[in-house]
Amino acid sequence: MTQLALVIDLNVCVGCHACVTSCKEWNTSGMAGYMADDNPYDADPTGTFFNRVQTFEVGEYPCSETVHFPKSCLHCEDPPCVPVCPTGASYKREEDGIVLVDYDKCIGCKYCSWACPYGAREFDEHQKVMKKCTLCVDRIYDENIPEAERKPACVRACPTSARLYGDVHDPNSEVSIAIREAGGYQLMPEWGTNPANHYLPRRKTKIRIHEDELVRSDNPLKKETDRPVGPIDEPTLDDVTSW
Amino acid sequence: MHPAFSVIFLTTLIGAGQGLFLALYTSESYAAVKLLPVQSGAFYAWGSAISVVLLALGLITSFFHLGHPERAWRTATKWRTSWLSREVIVLPAVLGAIAVYGAIHALGWNLTIVGIDTGVSNDLTLIVGAGGVLLTFTLFLCTGMIYACIKFLQEWSTWLTPVNYLLLGTASGFALATVYASLFAPELVYFLGGWAIIILLAAFVTRSASLIRNARLKPKSSLQTAIGVRHQTMTQRSQGQMGGSYNTREYFHGAPMWVFRSIKWVFLVLVFPLPLILLSVGINEASFTVLSAAFVIQYLGLLAERWFFFAQANHPQNIYYQTIS
Repeated sequence: MTQLALVIDLNVCVGCHACVTSCKEWNTSGMAGYMADDNPYDADPTGTFFNRVQTFEVGEYPCSETVHFPKSCLHCEDPPCVPVCPTGASYKREEDGIVLVDYDKCIGCKYCSWACPYGAREFDEHQKVMKKCTLCVDRIYDENIPEAERKPACVRACPTSARLYGDVHDPNSEVSIAIREAGGYQLMPEWGTNPANHYLPRRKTKIRIHEDELVRSDNPLKKETDRPVGPIDEPTLDDVTSW
Repeated sequence: MHPAFSVIFLTTLIGAGQGLFLALYTSESYAAVKLLPVQSGAFYAWGSAISVVLLALGLITSFFHLGHPERAWRTATKWRTSWLSREVIVLPAVLGAIAVYGAIHALGWNLTIVGIDTGVSNDLTLIVGAGGVLLTFTLFLCTGMIYACIKFLQEWSTWLTPVNYLLLGTASGFALATVYASLFAPELVYFLGGWAIIILLAAFVTRSASLIRNARLKPKSSLQTAIGVRHQTMTQRSQGQMGGSYNTREYFHGAPMWVFRSIKWVFLVLVFPLPLILLSVGINEASFTVLSAAFVIQYLGLLAERWFFFAQANHPQNIYYQTIS
């Protein structure tokens, strides 16, 4: 069974908000639209977003790190928001695991947003229905778009490739390999929601060179011999040409 | 959570309506086994009418909570998984059962179904009423479970939640029944008022238990689990927006801390000791004024109680919204 999801690399995310704006741009003009923006230039701006980038300071200044944290619907494999919906407007697709809201069935009771521990759902004050990330379901299957571009808008927009997209149930997909090899983890595992979206942790990028890495101490095929050393009294240019 | 007044009125109104019906049926079944004097059909009929009005008012206020009330009929479809859907089905059923119960009394249909010789002249109402009682208890369960089934809202996720809904609603309904009886059936005032006090004391025990439990709760989620970074010192520097959003409005009560703290004591005084004193005095004097004061004060207290119930629930998503920028 397919479970499409995003894997977000916190080590690479620079917090530029390109995913936020491209998400809003795509979805406000797509089937989810429009996504309201009230008082965008006034004192109390507010609006509907499917994706946000938050920033956290880890540690204490000056020994601190900045973690930019993109946050959207995690398309849980056991989504708590789905069974609570009284009308069936909130549902998880069998074929690809995307959690969606049927805007024509939603009565706007907001119960599903209470039942999401991540606060991934936002109520649209104008259309009076609950909205959330659709994983660009109207884009990833659109055959009018070149195949390479059939990815969620946020993934396409990310300038640092911090967002990977694919099937987390396919063990050989890019996302599964990233989760497996780069320590991918889920958010709030304590509630058993089993989110499909994973995050890759921050990594140390220092190169640590140990002594034994410079010399092939084991020399398995006997291909390397000791370096030739010339007579000690001759003038040298460097180690090699000294003889 | 942000307390919605539509839901506050819905739960308190239907609680009182259900409790009133339970009180009427209790007095009728006691009369059936000759423990209480039998009342006229009109007594039960008008009592049921008040109960139906309260439930209908509750149902109407609940529509104000919906973004698309015209689609409300769809809520009856997912009763297999959703407690909200179950409540939506059971609430009209309770309303209908109580209406039928009252109508049989009003029309005086003295039908004997079971045929046991009872103190009341017929047992049709007792059978219909028993079904109504069953539905009433189911409705209390549904209402409570809507909140208790969300496991990460730890303040709600306890068996005390449905029990509190049951006991507080029943206490309020029995108080209303006592007021009603003080006008039309003074011989029932002792009985109904006594039960109102007993249920009120039981509700005090369970509501206090849930307050104590909630005060000792340790949140399971933390910033560490929320973003998956295990450092002990972390602060939010930006929540991705400068203005507010649904996330900052819906999940926080929005009242100053001193209001939040004082509401707890306001409801504890208005719901429990004051009505207790007024009920005790009112029963002895069979005074309509004192008893109705008890009911009204308790109802106002229950509004505050419900507000506090919602406001106290701390949603884990708030972890993501601690600092604007």
